[in-house]
Amino acid sequence: MLQYTIRRTLFAIPTLLLISLVIFLLLDLAPGDPTAQLPLTIPPDVKEKIRVSLGLGEPIHIRYLLWLNQFFVNEPLHILSELTAMDLSGDRQRVISWQTRSPVVDIIVQRLPQTLWVVGLSYVVGVAIALPIGIISAYRQYSWFDQIGTFVSMVGFSVPTFFTGVLLIVVFSVQLNWLPSIYDTTLVVEDWNSFVRQVKQMIMPVMVLALYNAAQISRFMRASMLDNLNQEYVRTARAKGLRERVVILLHVLRNSLIPVVTVIALGIPAVFAGAIITEQVFKVNGLGQLLIISIEATDLPMVQTLTFIFAVLIVAFNLVADILYGILDPRIRYD
Amino acid sequence: MTEAVEFTAPPSSQWNDVWHQFKSHRGALVGCLFFVFILLTVAFGPMVWSIDPQYIDIRARNSGMSIAHPLGTDQLGRDTLARVIAGGRTSVAVGVTAMLLSVLLGTFVGVLAGFFPKFDGPLMRFTDLFLALPLLPLLLVMIMLFRDVLRSVLGPESGVFILIVCVIGITSWMQAARIVRGDVLSIKEREFVLASRSVGTPPVRLVIRHILPNILSPIMVSATLGIANAIITESALSFLGLGFPSDFPTWGRLLYDSTDYLQQYPERVLWPGLAISLTVLSVNYMGDGLRDALDPRIRGR
Repeated sequence: MLQYTIRRTLFAIPTLLLISLVIFLLLDLAPGDPTAQLPLTIPPDVKEKIRVSLGLGEPIHIRYLLWLNQFFVNEPLHILSELTAMDLSGDRQRVISWQTRSPVVDIIVQRLPQTLWVVGLSYVVGVAIALPIGIISAYRQYSWFDQIGTFVSMVGFSVPTFFTGVLLIVVFSVQLNWLPSIYDTTLVVEDWNSFVRQVKQMIMPVMVLALYNAAQISRFMRASMLDNLNQEYVRTARAKGLRERVVILLHVLRNSLIPVVTVIALGIPAVFAGAIITEQVFKVNGLGQLLIISIEATDLPMVQTLTFIFAVLIVAFNLVADILYGILDPRIRYD
Repeated sequence: MTEAVEFTAPPSSQWNDVWHQFKSHRGALVGCLFFVFILLTVAFGPMVWSIDPQYIDIRARNSGMSIAHPLGTDQLGRDTLARVIAGGRTSVAVGVTAMLLSVLLGTFVGVLAGFFPKFDGPLMRFTDLFLALPLLPLLLVMIMLFRDVLRSVLGPESGVFILIVCVIGITSWMQAARIVRGDVLSIKEREFVLASRSVGTPPVRLVIRHILPNILSPIMVSATLGIANAIITESALSFLGLGFPSDFPTWGRLLYDSTDYLQQYPERVLWPGLAISLTVLSVNYMGDGLRDALDPRIRGR
């Protein structure tokens, strides 16, 4: 198992390098000049100096290697020296945002907690809703509960989050005036009142994403339960005289959770991407919103770093899913 | 989708069976009817409801539902019904074209990888690479990078249309490619392919005559679901403000523009939002029913 894990982890490195190259080339070879937005009154030689100061003077392969060095060596060293209070990074060049002229990673670190809270909580809530629904729908297949569950999950799967979000705002913020429609990031939770406000402003974004995730996961849970319910070992367990509760919750559930756990792990990067839209709806200033404003401002280093971080998430959780599958199901270990 | 409609004319008993099974799935049937209704509305709606969606009647701005404007008007007095129909035209057109592109690409890659072993490894690694790319961020980035150039070359509307179709097409072919490859791999080993090969059929004709008709069902299912995916992606892009310009309505764009007036006119977000949701829901149900209908193991029951 360890060998398999190491092999898979090593295999992820060239994948990530290739993805970073794809993103870099896409941004670099695209038509359009980052200095095109500057006023036309700037003389050409000054414009050239601006280009050089943005790091555009070097040929493309040199810039790619420089970026790799900045992202994979300088930034981790900087984080390390922040953590250990030792000066490891010195004055190494960091990835600088064109828009704010401050290090990209610093801005991302500021934005990360909002995204993590909303996305993380919504995924946990989504899984918590989905699992019982999936289990009951499978156990009572074709009952009214199953029919309604199937319909609701189909709706949840089809209605885009930017419509459910807006709809929730219309109902709960505009009509009922219960919840705020805009997520206030400056809110500091220090006492009960501010905690209540924090909960109130989190309910809608979290629920929108949670429902969307729950719709997908509950389908997987149902299908996986159905696969297992007809297996021989279930009949054996029943024949032994085990109570129905034990058969379902101990024998069937544990086996059917194996593929579902991998699906949950594989879904995490997609949730981060989906959060881009939800953050825009509720004006949460997280990573997704950062990506949108950087795209609108043609802030290439920021866009590149953010896109690459999303790619890292995908590769990392694919890896996690593979390894989890091996750990949970000894039948498919590859060693 | 049009394939579903063609089942009514029985070319062979197999399609009769498929239609019979499809009919028995109530959700699929309703979905299919609704999608046909949407197609007819966006195709012939402008002839029936002949108000120009761009016509600005500033005196009638922000009016509610009335006989003259069944769904009301927006802040410039443009008729909402006409705009929803016009928006649907673009959204459905983008959905169908992007789906065609992605299914074509997916089938091409899948057949190439499945039928010719020497392409299998590299093409599947390529597919894996695409699956590992963060698609929504990349879509946004690609639109940012190519929008202005295409706009100046092809004009604001067709430039953005082609860009969005291409961008959605090249980021959504991977699932189809994987399914097609798997099916081609299993069909390639069957006796009729061997027989065809033994009489000297060249590979290209073998693929077109014998392989492709046999993998039609997974292609049709992924095509149906591809429409839903493409419509949602286009609306999401428009909603993020990176899709079509605001004087060229699509459902996503209409929804995005209506959110500015959420406090004053909350009902305005309803129509484009409902249009997207119901269309996608009906397409998904259709895909579900089609999958059951085209699966001979389920059909027999």
